[in-house]
Amino acid sequence: MSAVLEARGLIKRYPGSASNAVDGLSLAVREGLCFGLLGPNGAGKTTTVEILEGILLPDAGEILYRGAPLGPLFRERTGIQFQDTALQDHLTVRELLSLFGSLYPSILPVAELVKLCDLGELMDRDPEKLSGGQRQRVLLALALVNDPDVVFLDEPTTGLDPQARRNFWELARGIKARGKTVILTTHYMEEAYALCDEVAIVDRGRIIAQGAPDSLLKEHFNGVTIELPKADYKPPEGGVPGDVVVREGTVELMTGQVEASLEALKRGGSSLAHLRVRARTLEDLFLHLTGRELRE
Amino acid sequence: MMRRFWAIFRARNTEFLRDRGALGWNLMFPFFVVFGMAFAFSDRGQDVFKIGVIGEKSALPAGFASTRHVAFVAFDDPQAAQGKLRHHQLDLLVKPGSPLEYWVNESAPKGYLVERLMLGSDASQFSPVRRAVAGRPIRYVDWLVSGLLSMNMMFSALFGVGYVLVRYRKTGVLKRLKATPLRAAEFLAAQVASRLVLIMGVFAVVYHGADFFLHFERLGSLLDLYLIFALGSACLVSLGLLVAARVTSEELAGGLLNMLSWPMMFLSGVWFSLEGAPKPLRMLANAMPLTHLIDAARAVMTEGATLIEVAPHLWILGGMTVLFLVAGAWAFRWE
Repeated sequence: MSAVLEARGLIKRYPGSASNAVDGLSLAVREGLCFGLLGPNGAGKTTTVEILEGILLPDAGEILYRGAPLGPLFRERTGIQFQDTALQDHLTVRELLSLFGSLYPSILPVAELVKLCDLGELMDRDPEKLSGGQRQRVLLALALVNDPDVVFLDEPTTGLDPQARRNFWELARGIKARGKTVILTTHYMEEAYALCDEVAIVDRGRIIAQGAPDSLLKEHFNGVTIELPKADYKPPEGGVPGDVVVREGTVELMTGQVEASLEALKRGGSSLAHLRVRARTLEDLFLHLTGRELRE
Repeated sequence: MMRRFWAIFRARNTEFLRDRGALGWNLMFPFFVVFGMAFAFSDRGQDVFKIGVIGEKSALPAGFASTRHVAFVAFDDPQAAQGKLRHHQLDLLVKPGSPLEYWVNESAPKGYLVERLMLGSDASQFSPVRRAVAGRPIRYVDWLVSGLLSMNMMFSALFGVGYVLVRYRKTGVLKRLKATPLRAAEFLAAQVASRLVLIMGVFAVVYHGADFFLHFERLGSLLDLYLIFALGSACLVSLGLLVAARVTSEELAGGLLNMLSWPMMFLSGVWFSLEGAPKPLRMLANAMPLTHLIDAARAVMTEGATLIEVAPHLWILGGMTVLFLVAGAWAFRWE
């Protein structure tokens, strides 16, 4: 599969900032896949994606769409859902779809958009008066109005409740199923895991790991995470094999040697009555790679 | 290209027309000002008789010339003086000599009174010859209305385009549009056109609505008046565009727009004529688009001027419009 969008050596620094928001970042997005840019707030995800979208100009580096620098065709063939967008006041969803549709040479039929984004009962409503999840569906429809090849979704589910988030994932899967390339930024690792074929973990403006979620986890971890209530945990003398992370109510032990770790815990006098074992997540990977938690 | 222009043009119009508060205010405010001023100044200048003298005041009969509470104003041009008499800006016009010639406006009550006054003085010894003129008075409100409508137009143009653009930029509406094939020139042209149409719509409603009650004395052509106001509003809308070209804060935009609109409100001759003002002040006023709009509109309204006669003002307005539009489009940033 060929790269539909490619970035080479992107650098961006905001005036007055001591460091680069994007610091020599390169990536290639293959056609028809969902590509995730993951990282904590302030990692440079949104800056990176806005450069990829052609909204921001980088200080250095270049972006290629199908092998050529971004031109007018790029605008016609891409759709963007920004992290937060205001829309013209006093226009209904139907009118907004018609307005944005008029800006493109070719568009998706409205009926199809309605189906794709589940807009049925929202068409004659004012977007200002919709719930968070409904509003995101409208913004998604605006991003799809021109039937784009590449769809950018910048933190589309931030601030949504879990139910609305899962509903949005379903819509995103529907878009993928139509063969579109999706570029998603998120700080929910769960979301990336659910939707992305390939992820790039971004920290301080650089990609620190990249690959398919499962192979990334396999590459960096060969074990599991053991969780204990904090009150039950007694640090054994000589330590435990693996990384120990003390959180608010729990202690997490990331280890590849499950039996040896459990032995050590028992020896130290920890109670294992409420022990939980779970697979490693992208969240654990971020912690492992940076020594910091994702949502700090 | 035209499709994208129309889409944005229609969206902006709908947005404005559905904003009931703003629409109501845009229509009601100028009505309040015009009516308020019409009533507040309806008695203006009635405490002194004003007599025009063709030639030297010293040539008048001495007794008549020394009448108290009468102002004598010398004129070199009999035509201009008769025009003022016709519009009740003079109560009587006198040409000294023997016989003494005088003109009186028969539809003006004060003309009647001041004629009796003259005939009761020593002027009667100069075998006065009476000539009658007729004409409806130009009241202060007829003079004022061009200024008030222009001022309202200025606020609507500057804030309606300037403020809205900055709000669009701040909230991300512009960023969203930037992500489409829409070009900046198409977007800006649609904003200007939309505001122009809305301003002229409001102008028509307010002008004809107020005329229905106040019966403006308009001496020039209505079409000319419309053309002048259309050009003037294009100029002011373009100025709003220039101010908002890259400002991102509503506070800053508000400050800049106020800084432009307040001096124009007081120095462009909305409320009083600047004919006798100091030269630096008049030079400053001449740099303001509102001055040229008001001067041209007022000349059509109260002097019956044609477009050719006010052409210098129109050239200046046209030039400023082009300058503001080009600079505004050049400086424009979506973000």
